[in-house]
Amino acid sequence: MLPRRVFLQSSGLALVSFGALPRLLLRAAQAADGVPRRRTLVVIFQRGACDGLNTVVPWGERAYYDARRTIAVPAPRGSSRETALDLDGFFGLHPALEPLLPLWREGSLAAVHAVGSPDATRSHFDAQDFMESGTPGRKATEDGWMNRHLQATPDPGATPLRAVSLTPVLPRSLQGRGPAVAMASLRGFGLGPLTGEAVARGFEGMYGAAVEDALRSTGREAFEAMGALRSAEPSRRAPEAGARYPRGPLGESLRQIAQLLKADLGVELAFTEIGGWDHHAAEGGVTGQLASRLRELAAALFAFHHDLGPRMADVVLVTLTEFGRTVRENGNRGTDHGHGSVSLVMGGAVQGGKVHGRWPGLAPSALFEGRDLAVTTDFRDLLAELLARHLGARDLGPVFPGHAVAGSRFPGVLRT
Amino acid sequence: MAKYAPMMEGSPRQVLTELQEAKVLRAILGERQLDEVLVDFWMNHFNVYAQKGPVRFLLGEHERAIRRHAWGRFEDLLLATAKSPAMLFYLDNWLSASPSASAGGRGPSAFRRGRFGFGRPGRDAQGRSAEAQGRRRGLNENYARELMELHTLGVDGGYTQKDVTEVARAFTGWTITGLRQGRPEFAFEERLHDDGDRVVLGRRIEGGGEREGRSIIHMLATHASTARFITFKLARRFVADEPPPALVDRAASVFQATDGSIREVVRTIVTSPEFLAPEVRSTKIKSPLEFVVSAVRASGAKVADGRDLARRIADMGMPLYLQAPPTGYKDTAEAWVSTSGLVARLNFALDLAAGRVGGVRVDAERLASGGPGLTDALAARLLPSGLSESTRRTIEGEAAGLETARVAGLILGSPEFQRR
Repeated sequence: MLPRRVFLQSSGLALVSFGALPRLLLRAAQAADGVPRRRTLVVIFQRGACDGLNTVVPWGERAYYDARRTIAVPAPRGSSRETALDLDGFFGLHPALEPLLPLWREGSLAAVHAVGSPDATRSHFDAQDFMESGTPGRKATEDGWMNRHLQATPDPGATPLRAVSLTPVLPRSLQGRGPAVAMASLRGFGLGPLTGEAVARGFEGMYGAAVEDALRSTGREAFEAMGALRSAEPSRRAPEAGARYPRGPLGESLRQIAQLLKADLGVELAFTEIGGWDHHAAEGGVTGQLASRLRELAAALFAFHHDLGPRMADVVLVTLTEFGRTVRENGNRGTDHGHGSVSLVMGGAVQGGKVHGRWPGLAPSALFEGRDLAVTTDFRDLLAELLARHLGARDLGPVFPGHAVAGSRFPGVLRT
Repeated sequence: MAKYAPMMEGSPRQVLTELQEAKVLRAILGERQLDEVLVDFWMNHFNVYAQKGPVRFLLGEHERAIRRHAWGRFEDLLLATAKSPAMLFYLDNWLSASPSASAGGRGPSAFRRGRFGFGRPGRDAQGRSAEAQGRRRGLNENYARELMELHTLGVDGGYTQKDVTEVARAFTGWTITGLRQGRPEFAFEERLHDDGDRVVLGRRIEGGGEREGRSIIHMLATHASTARFITFKLARRFVADEPPPALVDRAASVFQATDGSIREVVRTIVTSPEFLAPEVRSTKIKSPLEFVVSAVRASGAKVADGRDLARRIADMGMPLYLQAPPTGYKDTAEAWVSTSGLVARLNFALDLAAGRVGGVRVDAERLASGGPGLTDALAARLLPSGLSESTRRTIEGEAAGLETARVAGLILGSPEFQRR
């Protein structure tokens, strides 16, 4: 779909059979059928601090079992599903992530271990804020890293849906001057069914003529976004090939993000979130609270991958969480707030089947402040790699101010 | 005092819903509108986040403390917020202890272990975070930094990292007692305090328990940077996103000359020629709260229940009491002009006029009874500052055959109604 604005701006350019294409889209990857596609980065924020050690389990490390008498995930044993699922002779996936194992083996899923923030805070609130602003330790930052990417790469050919969050409000990551749309749901983003055409025309007309720039452009963007959603009707697209999303907000969000992508609506950044990772008590090992969250995550990721099929070539999805949890389990079969955790990275461009990042080990001397998994990959280096190598961003200085972005520090999660 | 006890009746969600509803109803029904505007301003200036631990239970007292001092001396207001259990919890000062406090000693006594016993998994996380940290000893700079950066001097107000550390030391021991018992109160705990003489902003602060913090509050409240920062923010709220510098200068002088009298500063601003200048009229974009409240008030709606209104405000991006960062909600246009927010505003305008907002009734026909043409009659009631000629023409062009409620919805959703 081409918004009116793009059409007008591009009308002097070469016309191809399906209309005027904005230049950036022309440069973007083209599928075999010639339909222009845009590369997309999908961010899932796991709010509450996911236990990376029980997600991608360092079963080869004795200290892991010493520290977790009741909640450790056992080392792999034959084809048992009651153990870690071996990845490389040292790490294993939590068995609840089993649906993801084929993706791991085919090379479209990787993990980055001991990833996190250089800031030492163990406050969920502060750590999420720092991770979303992209400026650890600095609270006064007003915009988010995803929005600063939009600001740093202005795209006159962008659709109104270049940056979309499937959340009721715009997350901190996407807040800022760049245009970004938050939608609780695709169906809910539009004028109510009783509005009527005359009223819709009236609103569009009066905002089109508004004197004030911000209202005029926002009004236009809103109507374009609504128009795009209306004409493409992404919400009518059923999941492909029998992909089945799990019930719950994460599955719902990913299903709708996939709908937007399948409708070629020009989404470059997509965001959603899943809570419920703060397991101070009864976290469990092979079964328990963490296992059920991981099961939902795995089912949603698997369905998304399956649903998008060949389109995953243009998509990279990354999970973030504000910090990890204590190496040692506490007295309530849970874990307290720690430091380093794990990110999963999925997509066609991913250097998959590998646990990336330098493993700092769990020896007492290696632990952060004597108790937590140390951070060896700054989350900004992971995100910078995705922005640079997947989305082609060149100048990442403004996106991560105060952080010297260098390719040499990228964890190498994408194929080059 | 048991009213904000974690073991109180009703769910935590209900506590939050009632806070939100009360705020909306006060804003709509309050006869002292300027009071509500100013209380809202200070609540945002001294923002706390209802989802962090038990803060929702402490918010009632936080707001009452602010209401008590909203028109008074800034220093009294600042001290009240410094001692507010909501603020002490939200910015972690209740956990801050002298780094040299005895290692085997007990942490802050409010609640050292266990869960708060409310909230859903993953949602009450922040509270447990503090609980987890509570067992560890040491300085927490969170409040000290925000006290200077956000509450008084402003980020460019001339303080250093050393000042942050020294202020944090001075405020060690400012903590909460009685939280678990349902009687949360400010307490100064000597055993957590890092007593000593110190230098803050180049001035010597004499050591001496709670007095150190009070001296710093006094110094910050009367600092020239604070006078500028506070008056700039007030002028931004009342006049324009970029308020005229001359007005800020005059108001800052009044702030200093009157020992930080908020009443005199606000009087200076709202009686200034700049306040009434044509170039700043209707340039502020309404926040979602302002938009919803002004639409309800303008339409003469009868409100029996504010919950749907609070939900609509959240849909527009301003969930009340739920702004996580200590900066509060922004008070400038770019924060509120967004596609999702605008769609929500248009739907609200139409739904309000058509009687589709829960708990609210509007008599659109009565609104239209005042004049000759439908559009003009409605505009005269709903938007006394007037529609622009182009908006009026657009509405007239579409209005033929539209029922009154839809025309009223168009006016309430117009670009003009988004501004104040």
